[in-house]
Amino acid sequence: MLQVTDLHVTVEDKEILKGLTLTINAGEVHAIMGPNGAGKSTLSAVIAGKDGYEVTQGSITFEGKDVLEMEIEERAQAGLLLGFQYPVEIPGVKNIYLLKSALNAQRKARGLEDMPAPEFMKLVKEKLGFMKMDASFLQRAVNEGFSGGEKKRNEILQMLVLQPKLAMLDEIDSGLDIDAMKVVADGVNSLRAEERAILLVTHYQRLLDYIVPDKVHVLVDGRIVKTGDAELAKQLEANGYEGIEESAA
Amino acid sequence: MSDTQTFLDTLKTRSQQRGAEPTWIAARRQAGAARFEALGFPTRRDEEWKYTDVRAIAQGNFALADDANFSPAQAATVTLPIVGYRLTFVDGVFAPALSDLDALPQSVHVLPLSKALSENHEAVGGPLGRLTGVDFSSFAALNTAFMEEGAVVRIAPGTVVDKPIVLQFLSKASSTPVMSHPRILVEAGARSEATLIEHYCGDQDAANFTNVVGEFMLDRGAIFNHYKLQEAPLNDMHIASMHVEQSRDSRYTSYNLNLGGALVRNDLISDLNGEGAETHFYGLFFGQGRQHVDNHTKVNHNAPLTFSNENYKGILDDRAHGVFNGKVYVKRDSQKIEGFQSNQNLLLSDRAQIDAKPELEIYADDVKCSHGTTTGQLDEEAIYALRTRGIDEATARGLLTLAFAGEVLDKVALDEIAERVELAVAGKLPERFNLAGLVETAVALND
Repeated sequence: MLQVTDLHVTVEDKEILKGLTLTINAGEVHAIMGPNGAGKSTLSAVIAGKDGYEVTQGSITFEGKDVLEMEIEERAQAGLLLGFQYPVEIPGVKNIYLLKSALNAQRKARGLEDMPAPEFMKLVKEKLGFMKMDASFLQRAVNEGFSGGEKKRNEILQMLVLQPKLAMLDEIDSGLDIDAMKVVADGVNSLRAEERAILLVTHYQRLLDYIVPDKVHVLVDGRIVKTGDAELAKQLEANGYEGIEESAA
Repeated sequence: MSDTQTFLDTLKTRSQQRGAEPTWIAARRQAGAARFEALGFPTRRDEEWKYTDVRAIAQGNFALADDANFSPAQAATVTLPIVGYRLTFVDGVFAPALSDLDALPQSVHVLPLSKALSENHEAVGGPLGRLTGVDFSSFAALNTAFMEEGAVVRIAPGTVVDKPIVLQFLSKASSTPVMSHPRILVEAGARSEATLIEHYCGDQDAANFTNVVGEFMLDRGAIFNHYKLQEAPLNDMHIASMHVEQSRDSRYTSYNLNLGGALVRNDLISDLNGEGAETHFYGLFFGQGRQHVDNHTKVNHNAPLTFSNENYKGILDDRAHGVFNGKVYVKRDSQKIEGFQSNQNLLLSDRAQIDAKPELEIYADDVKCSHGTTTGQLDEEAIYALRTRGIDEATARGLLTLAFAGEVLDKVALDEIAERVELAVAGKLPERFNLAGLVETAVALND
């Protein structure tokens, strides 16, 4: 599904990713872990198309298509969705409007008609319930005045409505208390499906107790230095990244 | 020949063509001409005109239109889809064929000024010119000298007018630019309720000059909603001097929506003369290309316990230039008044410009007043966030621009008007008008 090959990325002339290679197949849940500054967030930002990141070498393909040639919105329409570590507040734009516009943009790109209003509301209502969110969220401006936990839940709500093929979640657990994390984890787990892949980017192992990954990659200094299964995350928790860095060196 | 003289010559020719008039009208006309001659056109040395250059008007040579030929098919493309009592003017000339006063209640007078003047109608004799006064501005004086046409509205006490009164001003493209000096005179009786819409529109490539004066007198407890939607032609020049006088417990609301015109200047003044009077000014101006849009507003709290609230938003693209000058004046010992004013501007291009000047002048010590102005740009982070959800960039920008305008547009009770403005400022966005229903559905489903 997603193929990242020998990716080199610089930010303000500083090389952050230094030859990263990663393959994610449909049905898999991957976790990328690593110390601060290793380039975890850079990877998801480049895949989503954020400005300010220069790809100097390598490639990213999604279902065979060159992601780096796609507009930001085309990536999302194709099913590549990023959940932000710090969701942006969008004053004046109601959540319901964002959800409807985004869903219909995706449907349009796939040659489908707009979803009829009753069907759309039924879908949104179901997902809201799942995320333990009140209907009043829909009328509020996107993330405006939301608490940290509300913002993260709102990111997952968008995922549940938009049903991406690849959901990338950047530090989705940061700032969450245990109850909020369970709700978020339940939301993410409900996305697990044969035709879908999930990429978790996280600093801490804690999240992976709730969302058990199929593969864990350790990202250090711009490269994946080790790949394993969920056990690897537990080892990292116990021993830290230092041992890995040494063995990679 | 001076700029002023060109206009005075046109006036003289017109007077000769017109023939005899009742003395009181002739006297007002003369006073207007004398005042205009003495003042001349304002220049940027005048504080009130510091940011607006009217030489394009002063140095123009505008004829006066004589007929109201405008193809009904063409008119239909610009007319607001609102059912109302409608008077249409083409380049200032009344167009009966495009007007409709069917079923107008007897307690409401709506008639063209020409008819009111020729009949010496009681609705004009006293009030016409009362608010524009003797010390009126240069453009109001010019209007008074030329006034021939416009609308006279008189609402009997206690009358609730069932449909909006629509005044449609069409500007027609022609090889010779024309000028018109429409006059709007409204007397809203005690406890009456009405909505009036001024709608300026016309041929896309017209380049005419409109110089409108409005006088609005609200008697005790009257409620009056005043919409002004000013659309293309983008090359028209438009000067408006609006004066509102409010008695005790009256409520005036202005929705001033400026989309068109190469050179636009609005002066809106509300005199709160009786306790309990309240006034609301909502404004949205959108400039593109090299449009120049200037809004000057003034609220005079002349009595205690009066209330004013003003919210003006400006959106400027390309090399457009906007001006906002809002003044709240509290007369000596007008205690316990509340006056709020806010102006926010959004610049969509590096070359767009805004001059914003909020002013407070207070001569009472027990008042609650605030004012403020901000200017900014679209949030690029927010645009990116929307795009990562699959929303294309143009829609994302439109959505955010509309969100900015939202505070004002949400107040616009007439959807037909809100929709027109939305389309102009944000482009075609999906489903905005179905959202309220959607949210209700969601709430109902959640119960």
